[in-house]
Parts: sequence; structure tokens; C-alpha cells
Amino acid sequence: MLAMNYRGPFRVRVDEKPRPKIEHPEDAIVKVLRSCICGSDLHIYHGMVPDTRVGTTFGHEFVGVVEEIGSEVTKLKVGDKVIVPFNISCGKCAFCKQELYGNCHESNSQATAVGGIFGYSHTAGGFDGGQAEYARVPYANVGPTIIPDGMDLDDAVLLTDVVPTGYQAAEMGGIKLGDTVVVFGAGPIGIMAAKCAWLFGAGRVIVIDNLDYRLEFAKNYSQCEAYNYEEIGDPVEFIKKTTDWLGADVCIDAVGCEAGGHGMQTITGRKLMMQAGSATALQWAINGVKKGGIVSIVGVYGPTGNLVPIGNVVNKGITIRANQAAVKRLLPRLIEHVQAGRLNPKGLITHRVPLESVAEAYRIFSEHLDNCIKTVLIPPSVRT
Amino acid sequence: METLKSEYSHIKGWGIDNVSDDEPNYPIKTYTGDDHDRIRWKRPTLQRETVEILKSTERPTNSAVIGTTNPPRGLSGMIRRYAFKHSENEFKHWLPLLFADRIDVVEGIIEDLVHLKVPRLIKERGWYALAKHAPGLLARKIGVRLAVLVVGVGSLKLARR
Ligand SMILES: NC(=O)c1ccc[n+]([C@@H]2O[C@H](COP(=O)([O-])OP(=O)(O)OC[C@H]3O[C@@H](n4cnc5c(N)ncnc54)[C@H](O)[C@@H]3O)[C@@H](O)[C@H]2O)c1
Ligand SMILES: [Zn+2]
Ligand SMILES: [Zn+2]
Repeated sequence: MLAMNYRGPFRVRVDEKPRPKIEHPEDAIVKVLRSCICGSDLHIYHGMVPDTRVGTTFGHEFVGVVEEIGSEVTKLKVGDKVIVPFNISCGKCAFCKQELYGNCHESNSQATAVGGIFGYSHTAGGFDGGQAEYARVPYANVGPTIIPDGMDLDDAVLLTDVVPTGYQAAEMGGIKLGDTVVVFGAGPIGIMAAKCAWLFGAGRVIVIDNLDYRLEFAKNYSQCEAYNYEEIGDPVEFIKKTTDWLGADVCIDAVGCEAGGHGMQTITGRKLMMQAGSATALQWAINGVKKGGIVSIVGVYGPTGNLVPIGNVVNKGITIRANQAAVKRLLPRLIEHVQAGRLNPKGLITHRVPLESVAEAYRIFSEHLDNCIKTVLIPPSVRT
Repeated sequence: METLKSEYSHIKGWGIDNVSDDEPNYPIKTYTGDDHDRIRWKRPTLQRETVEILKSTERPTNSAVIGTTNPPRGLSGMIRRYAFKHSENEFKHWLPLLFADRIDVVEGIIEDLVHLKVPRLIKERGWYALAKHAPGLLARKIGVRLAVLVVGVGSLKLARR
């Protein structure tokens, strides 16, 4: 089969690889119909996540048709079309039982700090991802969710990660009616978080980034305010000013470890790798939120440590909430939102690219070229 | 709520998921008390270890399901094995892994060559997309590489003298 193949930082290609096999009785083999490139993929594409091995196939956002099932799979049958959550969850451990599906303890031997994730380095379990024609899907009774009749595949594929993560970012913000919510990052996740903040009753939603085309997109798609951090002076001071000098009620970090905007963070975090990426957005979130406010983090950071103003967290009495999205927990509600027209996931897609052009697709997304927001890869077998 | 709702009538579904009794732990987790049974949950069927799996020192056994792609190999594999002697709590775990990743890249190129496959570096780097959408950026990248090369060759020559 054809599959994306990571060869090193900024180097990927499509190769012939053996088709995945059933390795565990709860496995399913899924024929991929669509996969996406995610901002999270950029962290591994850039070589920032430890134990990203050459030969790995990335891709944690995919939908497909069940092609084969293991002997213990009872909830799916061959031919079912499924949304595959990006996290691999067993459904039986203490965490899965409490709906912490992003924190499963039975899907990753290599690290306890993160559950298994498709195509996301050996630190996240060493599974291949869905930027390929087929993928092995463990615990097929738990994660995969049948795509409802009539749902567009482009909507479905964004339910694997972008919609749940954006939604959970807003959910973790504990938004009270009328709250002012500031979202850092106008990538797919930030845009979706801004959109979902309204569902929780926000009174004002502000998105901050430095890419004008993304800010413009966010303004329209998420019906919110949008500002370029390079044009507003100190972003924290800007937030204070625009909130009657108290700070935002909720700040959301939808940027993660490759943030720009702060020389010291960029040099120590991204160039010298002396910390686990640059924590600029998180710093701004902590400093820009009100006393007693909530900072919700979905941006991804490395496993070592980051320079953040933790003293201010203490002195301001800030609550920090963060997680990998519990996709499976959120899917039923999110499917309702999509079907009712309250969310329009596929509206985020700007690029539909053949799987074979994966190298170009990564570069375009990584360098923010061609007004790219979200890229979908389409395998050859489903193009005809 | 109703007055606010009319104010935001242009936003479909405004406020529909608001939970006004939001508590710091709601709704991230549905507390069941299972934590107190510690790791004594009924485990899924255990997958057989068919390739070398490097296990975190912070857990007693492998997870029930394991990823079997790209087992450790060569020099990078040796470094990874060393890294996995240290817990996730230590830089001695993560920094060697990052280093191993870089060695792995060289091993990947050797692997390609052994299979008589010359890596198409320009294609793999997506430079065709740069040429199309950002020729200036591509020129800069090439310029920087050329400069590094010139300085490198120059200093070699100087060193020989
Ligand atoms: N927790 C989860 O479950 C989960 C799931 C998916 C993605 N993520 C993470 O969310 C983050 C965003 O994902 P994405 O797909 O939208 O990525 P993306 O790379 O497309 O978007 C990130 C955006 O942040 C902007 N940015 C950079 N520095 C900034 C700063 N200082 N302030 C404000 N904006 C800044 C960039 O210009 C870019 O537009 C990534 O770190 C990704 O790994 C987390
Ligand atoms: Zn993703
Ligand atoms: Zn689990």
C-alpha cells in the first residue's frame, strides 16, 4: 500500500509499505478514505518530539471503511464507515472508565505521560497513522464511531480531532454566560475553539495570531474579533485594555510549542531546544487572564519543561485546565451540532491533495503558504 | 439568559452548551472512584511482544496493546535503549532520544542507499511547493545552504595551509 514515510525533519515522502495486519484480537484494519495534516503533525515533522523514528507513517486524523476485524471485535463489522478518534483507548482502564479517553493507560508502553496516538512518534506508542491507504486500528470496540448516514466525509474527518479539540478547549474554559474569551492561535484548533466558545455562552470572543489570512478567516468563520499580535503592541497589555483593565475571563492556548512572538522563548525553546518548545502563547494566556480566571491549554508541548510565569498563576489564583481531547466522549454531542448546522467542520478545509503529494502538502501547511488552513489527503483508491 | 440570547441571535446555537454550575473538575472527567482500584482493572487481552518494545520505567508491564512499527535499530537503537533505562522524569531519557532521532536520519539514508534508492531530497523537502508558492523563501534556503558550503570549504582550505 502507499503510505506517508517520515525520513527526518522536514523530509517526508510516499512509499510502498506492507499492509497492516491484525495484531491483537480487538484490532480492525481500516481502509482510509480521508486523512488530514494537523498542527500537531508539524511538531513531529519539525523533529521536535523525542523518539520520532524514521519510517513512521504520520496521520492521527482519518476516516475509513472497516476492511477486516479481529476475533474480539463485536461493535463493528466489515464495510462500516468509521470516524477514528486520534487517541487510542482501551475502554477498560481507570482513565477510560472515567471518560478520560485521551489518557488511556493500556495503549502506550513507551510513556506514561501520554496515551497512544496514531502516527505520533514512539513517545505516543509507536503506532502508524492514517496518512496511508490502510491503517491498523486497535481497540476497535471502543474508539471508532460509525459515520451517521448522510454525513459528508469531509465533516467526519474533522470530527477525529479538530472539532473535539476546539470544543474541549472551550469546555475546559468553564465559560460563564457573557464571558470574554481570548483564543491564542488562528489555526484550525483555535478557529474551532473560538466558534465553540459561543456554544458555551461567551459574550465576546477574541482570536490572536500573526497571520492576517488566518485572522481574516477566523473573523468570518468564528464570527469573532481577530487581532494580529505584531500590530497591537504588547498582547497582554492589549487584552487588559480591552477588558476594562482586569484581563480576560478565559484564555485558551491553541498554539503550543512552536509559538512565535517572543525572542527569548523562540531562541531557548525552538532554536536551542533548551526547553520543550517556546511557551509564548501560554505565557500570554497566564498573564492576560483575570485574577481567578481559567487558562485552558490544548496546544501541545514536549515532555521536559517550559518557562512559564508559574508565580503569576499562584498570585492570581488561576485555574489551569489542559488535556488531549477526549474525542470519544464528545463525539455524540458534536455529531448533533454538525447535523443541526451549528458547526460546519468542512468549512475549514482549504486544500484537498492526493496522498502522493504529501511532501508538498506538509511544506505548504508548515510554511503557511497558499492561504492554507486545513489540508485533507486523499488516497488514490478513493479518487476514481 | 433570554436577553443575552437575543443579543447573540446571529450565532447559531449560542449558549446551548452552557453549564452554569461548572466546577473546576467538571466536565473533564466523570468521577467513578475507579482510581482507587489502582491498576487492578480487568485488562484487555495482552498483545504478544513480537518486536523489541522499549518500555517506560514508570510502568510495570507493557500496555495491553503495543505499537510494533520501526523497532529500535543500529546505533540509534542503542542510544534509545540507554534512554529507556531512565524514567520519563529525567533529561537522561529525553535528550538521548532526540539525539537518537538525528542518528536515525543518517541511518535512514544509508538504508535507502543499501536498497539502491537515492533519496529525492528536493522532492522530500517539498521544495517544489516552495518553488511554486514561495520562490523567495526557497531562494533564501538555497542561499543559506550555499553560504554554509562556501564557508565550510573555505575554512577547510585555510586549515590545510
Ligand atoms: N490537545 C489536543 O488534543 C490537541 C489536538 C490537536 C491539536 N493540538 C495542538 O493544538 C495546537 C494548534 O493546532 P493547529 O492544528 O491549529 O496548528 P497550526 O500550526 O495550524 O496553528 C497554530 C497557529 O498559532 C499561531 N501562533 C504562533 N505563535 C503564536 C502566538 N504567540 N500567539 C498567537 N498565535 C500564535 C500560528 O501562526 C498558527 O496560525 C498545536 O500545538 C497542536 O499540536 C492539540
Ligand atoms: Zn490533529
Ligand atoms: Zn484505557
